[in-house]
Amino acid sequence: MESVLGRYRNLTILVGVLFLQVLGLAVQVKRSAEAEHTRLIRIWAVDAITPFERVLVWGQNRTGNLWHNYFFLRGVRAENRQLKEQIEQMRLEQVRLSEDAAQARRLQSLLAFKEQTIAKTVPAQVIGSSGSDLSQSIYIDKGSNDGIAQDMAVITVGGIVGKVLRVYPTTSLVLMINDQSSGVGALLEKSRLQGVLRGSPNGELILDRVMSDEQVSPGDILLSSGGDQIFPKGLPVGTVTKVNPGKELFLSVKVKPAADLSRLEEVLVVTEKREQEPVAESGGVRVRAADILAQRLPSVPAKPATVAGAPPAADENTAPGQTSSAVAKAPSNGAAKPPTGNAIKPEGTASAGPAGNAANQSLAHDVPVSGQPVTSQVLKKAVHKPVSQDSDTDVAAGSAAASNPDGSSVKPAKAPPKPSSAQSLPQTPASDDDPH
Amino acid sequence: MTIPTSVPITYTSGEQIEVYRFNIPVTVGVPLLALFLQAFVPRRLPFFSIFDLPLLVTIFFAMARRNPISGLFTGAAIGLVQDMLGAYPIGIYGIAKTLVGYGASSLGAKLDVENAGARFLVTLGFYLLHQAVYFTVARGMVNLTLNWSWSRGILAGVVNAFLGVVLYFVLDKFKQRT
Repeated sequence: MESVLGRYRNLTILVGVLFLQVLGLAVQVKRSAEAEHTRLIRIWAVDAITPFERVLVWGQNRTGNLWHNYFFLRGVRAENRQLKEQIEQMRLEQVRLSEDAAQARRLQSLLAFKEQTIAKTVPAQVIGSSGSDLSQSIYIDKGSNDGIAQDMAVITVGGIVGKVLRVYPTTSLVLMINDQSSGVGALLEKSRLQGVLRGSPNGELILDRVMSDEQVSPGDILLSSGGDQIFPKGLPVGTVTKVNPGKELFLSVKVKPAADLSRLEEVLVVTEKREQEPVAESGGVRVRAADILAQRLPSVPAKPATVAGAPPAADENTAPGQTSSAVAKAPSNGAAKPPTGNAIKPEGTASAGPAGNAANQSLAHDVPVSGQPVTSQVLKKAVHKPVSQDSDTDVAAGSAAASNPDGSSVKPAKAPPKPSSAQSLPQTPASDDDPH
Repeated sequence: MTIPTSVPITYTSGEQIEVYRFNIPVTVGVPLLALFLQAFVPRRLPFFSIFDLPLLVTIFFAMARRNPISGLFTGAAIGLVQDMLGAYPIGIYGIAKTLVGYGASSLGAKLDVENAGARFLVTLGFYLLHQAVYFTVARGMVNLTLNWSWSRGILAGVVNAFLGVVLYFVLDKFKQRT
């Protein structure tokens, strides 16, 4: 026996080493079904490699910053101008979206929906990869010392990146969404069709579990569905690039990730999520769907007040929202003068543009009247941000229109406004979701 | 016939083949540098991920030392560290590189692998062996759904073999005769 082992010594050692590794692998595969902890041996290996990566990334950033911030400033002025224009456009868009969002929150709160929001994130820098083209994972420079934990979502401004797989004291390993062992709950933005997004062996993204009779077309946008309990719902995931018939009854849908996974530099780790019912900005008063709808409907202009300072009874034809608007306008300066047509403009015009928004803005600080729907205040808050110089002018105009020369105070009026000019006519709301 | 005691020589088919050794900084530093570059560079240059520097270093050390035991332990060590940096269980690269280290050193003890042509072919062959073992273990034991592509495998093998030839000539500078 000894002679055989001596003769085949090399082979025996090879078999022994291979056997030990296979044994170790089997143990890990068996344990991986249970809760897996980061092994000390991995920590040693990572600690040996990542300090060099940190130093190099730091040096690279310093050099890059020096070059881009002090030397290579070509085209910065033009870019700055372009960005300013973009900001202006986005402000306008924000006004419109904030109103829609406020409305969505109100409706969600009516239905007692619960939503998951990102409460806290930690920015991190990508310092390296796993070193294998068969495994799509990256190392970031934040670890357990920075509050990172396993299974936290990793995102960028563009879209989702992956989840934290292993945590070390100063670094973390992030499994990207295009790794073959990863899976993300996703839904198509338009059709709300849900599926599971998986990585393929060659690093592509495939939307799985979509029946072949479903309508999916290239260009469709994918969002996170929140079903995986890792990524909050609604984050951009990617865009459908190709749809082929897959195995059995399912489609094979190829997806281009929203975040550029091959050139990641900085990411955000979602360290805290909050599950809450959406809070409508209504000062704690429940808003009825009927009120919201009523505000959206244009109606007949209210009758003017016959006697200044003497509050007549409320016009029966005036919709609740309009009444509140008219009422809200009067006390801003204590004037007995009936407000101008802006006061009876339907609330739906809040998104009509800068002028309309600004006009409403002047009313935003008014005191809500007991018993009145407070939706008007909600909508006004949603458009509270200044829009442009034009809007400033309109704010002034609106205030002036609502002011009274003698400065006398007036009760919060039930006085119907005077239809004195063309402004008093209901304007066509410009909001997209307005039924009219 | 007297053999000089300062330069041990192994005989294979009547041909003299020299055995080399490396000092400790090179023995430790070069594999670590290869692992570091493999982890760091592909994030900046994505095409670099097609290379497998740790494999090339394993083949080089194994062929230069011409000792199967040394070769298999070198391969096992480099492969296991590569596994530790990755997301999958430890041992997949370890097993593959152990076999490559053993095979390269055994081959190096029998053939002259000093010229560029032989090095190219040996590297290409061991790259394909490495991939085959990796895929077998990953699919058979870890249940990973890897797809083998001959075109990509051969392309990557050729690219790695070219890089290997260049790298070996650079690393030859660190060789020390035993």
